[in-house]
Amino acid sequence: MSLEHQDAPTTPAGRTNDGAPASLTHGAGASVTMPPRGPEPQPRGAVVRGNRPIDQEEAAKRFMAAPEHLAMHDQRLWDLRQKRDRQKDTIEEWEELRQLASDIKTHTLTHLDTYLEQFEKNATANGVKVRWAKDAAEHNSIVAGILRSKNAKRLIKSKSMLTEECGFREAMAEAGVDVVETDLGERIQQLDNENPSHVVVPAVHKLRTDVAEVFSKTIGSDPNNSDVSYLTEQQREHTRPLILNADAGMTGCNFAVAETGSVVVCTNEGNADLSANTTGLHIVSVGIEKIIPNLNTLAVFVRMLSRSALGSPITQYTSHFRGPRRGAEMHIVIVDNGRTERLGMEKFWTSLKCIRCGACMNTCPVFRRSGGLSYGATYAGPIGLIIDPTFNRHKYSTLPFSSTMNGSCTNVCPVKINIHEQIASWRQVLAETHEIPAFKKTMMKAAGMLLASPKLYRASLPMADSALRYLPRFVIYNKMNTWTRGREMPHIPKETFHQWYKRTRGVNGKKK
Amino acid sequence: MRVGLFVPCYVDAFHPEVGQATLELLERFGCEVDYPFDQTCCGQPMTNTGCHKESKATEELFVRNFKDYDYIVGPSGSCVNHVRNNFDAVEQTDDVKHVRTQTYELVEFLHDVLKVDGFPWAEFPHKVALHNNCNALRGLNIASMTELREKTFSKPRDLLGMVKGLELVDITRPDECCGFGGTFSVFEEAISARMGQDKARDQARAGAEYVTSSDSSCMMHQEGCAKRLNLPTKYIHIAQILNGEPV
Repeated sequence: MSLEHQDAPTTPAGRTNDGAPASLTHGAGASVTMPPRGPEPQPRGAVVRGNRPIDQEEAAKRFMAAPEHLAMHDQRLWDLRQKRDRQKDTIEEWEELRQLASDIKTHTLTHLDTYLEQFEKNATANGVKVRWAKDAAEHNSIVAGILRSKNAKRLIKSKSMLTEECGFREAMAEAGVDVVETDLGERIQQLDNENPSHVVVPAVHKLRTDVAEVFSKTIGSDPNNSDVSYLTEQQREHTRPLILNADAGMTGCNFAVAETGSVVVCTNEGNADLSANTTGLHIVSVGIEKIIPNLNTLAVFVRMLSRSALGSPITQYTSHFRGPRRGAEMHIVIVDNGRTERLGMEKFWTSLKCIRCGACMNTCPVFRRSGGLSYGATYAGPIGLIIDPTFNRHKYSTLPFSSTMNGSCTNVCPVKINIHEQIASWRQVLAETHEIPAFKKTMMKAAGMLLASPKLYRASLPMADSALRYLPRFVIYNKMNTWTRGREMPHIPKETFHQWYKRTRGVNGKKK
Repeated sequence: MRVGLFVPCYVDAFHPEVGQATLELLERFGCEVDYPFDQTCCGQPMTNTGCHKESKATEELFVRNFKDYDYIVGPSGSCVNHVRNNFDAVEQTDDVKHVRTQTYELVEFLHDVLKVDGFPWAEFPHKVALHNNCNALRGLNIASMTELREKTFSKPRDLLGMVKGLELVDITRPDECCGFGGTFSVFEEAISARMGQDKARDQARAGAEYVTSSDSSCMMHQEGCAKRLNLPTKYIHIAQILNGEPV
């Protein structure tokens, strides 16, 4: 099925490089259920065709056709959800904390100008050079400028979704800067030319055999050895010299504290410290929504972040960067990239509260069965469904439909974003701005007319044995055939309730 | 107490026995129940797809049909949730507000309004897994949710606990959506069916002979998935169990 994509001028989502080596373009093979021998090939992400709407289900089908990947991915993320539940149960004031965290974000986002200026003032006083970037291009050009001024050719960086949003690695490649990711999962993804599939566990969709394959092709490890310790050690041996000889370091930011002008980065590998402290130059990319008022409010988020994300009480490292080390430089780039516009969207502005814990992804039954790369966007899963369309309403117009709107995402969100309600609101916005397929709109118009008229409606199901025809007309029109691909048809009763009632009780409702 | 019986469209077409059981059960408890003949649907399929304007006339019809009743009761959490929480396409008149607040899902009506304390006519000597529809769970709050830190409760469990011989079995992911999702079940059929099959396997592994729910829509989907997997599990609406129907 997806073999045709191989010849088409397309780029699988997450592949940042059109010129990926042929040996890596094995995504197409993933639709074949099982190879004759050897490890199951890794299913690749959504096929991105320019600005055309992403077909998330097509990629999800290929993911589900890889049973080992599907089972591992679903179970691994479900485990995280369960660990998160257990952590939640240890904290009596959990729901109060969620409300508090949400309220703090409401307050900060509605006083963003004040706090951003306070942050800039305090960071500057700490000896940090603060710059402002209105979009991805400006962010990339500011960072490239800083690196150029220091003649820095190799940049080590820790994981940052903002830099993913900015297409940062490609921009640095063009600027002649060699970027080395210091987060292990992110490094795997970098070597495989894929985007992170999850905001916290970027390579969670990969089996260790996939990692063995990537490493064998990129750092020369044994392709047949997928032992975890071996792979980690190989990676360490390969990357440490690059890190130690780097010219500059970069981190993202989990929380920017206005009161102190400091940035806080939470990691489990300590790689933010490695990125920040190995060289004499530390650059921080900060989205404007990362601002929080002070250290007291920070405490609320630190209590929730790792519990929500991984079900651990706290990340191994919670690093506070206040200013440059003696003899070193520290720069902070504060980035908008569409956030101000989002802040002005009445139904969607609270998505800016997101602290990127990924709990909504872990709990989402669609995400767990699709893999994060199936969304073909920087942000996957429930939070992605409501953020991605703010970047490109047409290209991501299909994503809000990749949800059952079951609401579990809203319940696990540590800052109480009403994610499933925003998904519903996006569907409405998209329908009203003609960003849903014409057949859906036509079908809904027809259904709306039919269901508003008892006469027409009853006439559409006159006979018991035509109930089969009834369902397609009303719910699914001519797409009925999709129901039976993975399910059996419901039993068709002899008469409808309506007919039974009329027969047994008559029109006046009295028992016959 | 005048009760308007709300029989959702798919119950009307595919599960008339659920409408019958609901009607009989309400009458057993002394309710004066009417079935307004001109009812069609609540409008959820259109709204669910983002087409609010297209559901306006259907919502207006619903209100015309049910505005004169003290209570409106339907055997479907999903549809009732739509009426109560998402009836936004229509102008919010007093009639609309009345219909929104007075529409109840069967289980919560029995539990909260009638406050029933037994079903002496009901016996169900089987192992049963309970499925809570996501809208009934997270929209109508018929039970506590595993995501939240809250006191554990379950209105359907309370009711099923009053049925002689019935033994509830626990599945491993009780709150996980089964993948029906309304129009999701046809527009995203592959993921929908996979979720339903996983749910059906979970139920079968738990040793459930029957699965019950206050929503036929989820069960119609789950039953289709279970059959595809050749699982012997049977699906029955909670109204039928509580009404003491022989199986």
